[in-house]
Amino acid sequence: MNVQDYKGIFVFIQQVDHKISGVSFELLGKAKELAKDMETQVTAVLLGNNVSDLCPELAKYGADKIVMVEDPALEIYATEPYAHAMTQVIENYKPAVVLYGATAIGRDLAPRVSARVKTGLTADCTKLEIAEETKELRMTRPAFGGNIMATIICPEHRPQMATVRPGVMQKMKPVQDAAVNAETFSVDFTGHQNVEILEVVKSVVNKMDIQDAKILVSGGRGMGCPENFQLLRDLADALGGEVSASRACVDAGWVEKDIQVGQTGKTVRPNLYIACGISGAIQHLAGMEESDVIIAINKDENAPIFEVADYGIVGDAVKILPVFTEKVKEAMAARNA
Amino acid sequence: MKIVVCIKQVPNTNEVKLDPVTGTLIRDGVPSIINPDDKAGLEAALRMKDQYGAHVTVVTMGPAQADTALREALAMGADEAVLVTDRAFGGADTLATSTTIAAVLKSMEFDLVITGRQAIDGDTAQVGPQIAEHLGIPNVSYAEDVKVEGDSLIVKRQYEDRYHTVKVKMPCLITALSELNAPRYMTPGGIFDAYREKEVKVLTRKDVEVDDDVIGLKGSPTRVFQTFTKSLKAAGTVVAPEDAEAAADYMIERLKEKFII
Repeated sequence: MNVQDYKGIFVFIQQVDHKISGVSFELLGKAKELAKDMETQVTAVLLGNNVSDLCPELAKYGADKIVMVEDPALEIYATEPYAHAMTQVIENYKPAVVLYGATAIGRDLAPRVSARVKTGLTADCTKLEIAEETKELRMTRPAFGGNIMATIICPEHRPQMATVRPGVMQKMKPVQDAAVNAETFSVDFTGHQNVEILEVVKSVVNKMDIQDAKILVSGGRGMGCPENFQLLRDLADALGGEVSASRACVDAGWVEKDIQVGQTGKTVRPNLYIACGISGAIQHLAGMEESDVIIAINKDENAPIFEVADYGIVGDAVKILPVFTEKVKEAMAARNA
Repeated sequence: MKIVVCIKQVPNTNEVKLDPVTGTLIRDGVPSIINPDDKAGLEAALRMKDQYGAHVTVVTMGPAQADTALREALAMGADEAVLVTDRAFGGADTLATSTTIAAVLKSMEFDLVITGRQAIDGDTAQVGPQIAEHLGIPNVSYAEDVKVEGDSLIVKRQYEDRYHTVKVKMPCLITALSELNAPRYMTPGGIFDAYREKEVKVLTRKDVEVDDDVIGLKGSPTRVFQTFTKSLKAAGTVVAPEDAEAAADYMIERLKEKFII
């Protein structure tokens, strides 16, 4: 393999129910930065059925080019047809870099593709950069629950592939009326459908995604019982934020998994993160320590959460929260008066 | 029905703590466990054994001490255990690991391969789908529930905001979530059998039919360029206010300073 033959940065665009996932825009933003350092272009790979109307949005957020594969086999995500389409695109266009979101789709698709094209894949990256001299992609990811960071390279195989954690990279400022440079690539799916999707059941989600929240009020086991989560909700409402939780609360069945922060949950970096009754297992810290301001309330003065908190309060969150919420409401009312 | 469950022995990262002075991991005395997602996969296989009389083989690749993870699996009720161990397989990334395990599986009979979704030490979630690719069989990742229906499986496949019910024909591979079930405990009789009656079959480099250039460090496309521990940000302030009122006032002041309220 001659690595010089592989050019450009390709981004797998995750589209579900005709809606592009946020992480795909984040990846386009990051790819745009990397492309500058590599002196190359960003190509969005859009797979789906009748999805061409999504192209302008991709151009607006950084796609110099769009390669589109449209087929009924791609209507709903399934591993084989998507892996087949992606592999065909890679073999035809020979990109130097391919990025995927580290989502339930990306983390299934990317390994299957990497084994098919026989190249390396770095999972769940939190940082990507281009080496100045070699122009290689350096992919940094957490291991051991987020305590060790490892920078991975893929020197002799192409493409260099990575999945990237949602919520870590920044979208670029949209360019209105960006030129749409899209082309259709046709793929034969005969023999490439090996599962039958019998049913699609959506869980009812009408709250804001915690990754989009500017303020998060987060609860852990120290909240004592699921009923006490109302105290978090009250404070979040007063501050205009959302409620999130530690893994312990999800495992205990107190709250849904979609609001879990941490290594096996979501990475968040709000402007303000208030950790209530969260001791701060390293897996949790890995998901929130990039928050701008962290306030922690915990009864145990030795709780690890205090090591990342800007302001730590030793005390019982269940007692402090109602008083704090009232004072926040007063302060907000005074400010708006 | 023949099921192969791939497991990994991992340090229990829930018990890994940071040295507050050096910021490095304290790994001394951290126990090794069967990776939680893999254990759920094993439990799913054992339930199929209880229900349909499936034959369950556990396979692991790792150092010699991974034997204890296999003995635990045998004590839980697995029928056979295979340890793939050789320096030649060491230093492998996910692609080289999956290639080696797939080469071992190619010499075995199976209808179903189960792996965990991801291991808690690396969290990559790659080896399962990659094994399936090398074997040329379908995979269904993130399985929350599995039922056998004739020569097929009905799998509840989890996504962030939904699930798909998927029908897949065997042979196939599924990756199990720890949410799948609550794994059973070893029984005293099971532990006795695992060490006295049952054997762990050991495979070394010469027992595995695979090319040298696709295994171990040499067969790994990715390289670790560097590792480092995250620099912790400057220590914050910790206070112990005398009551809820004082605590609330303190936070209000800080939020005003930061122009949040």
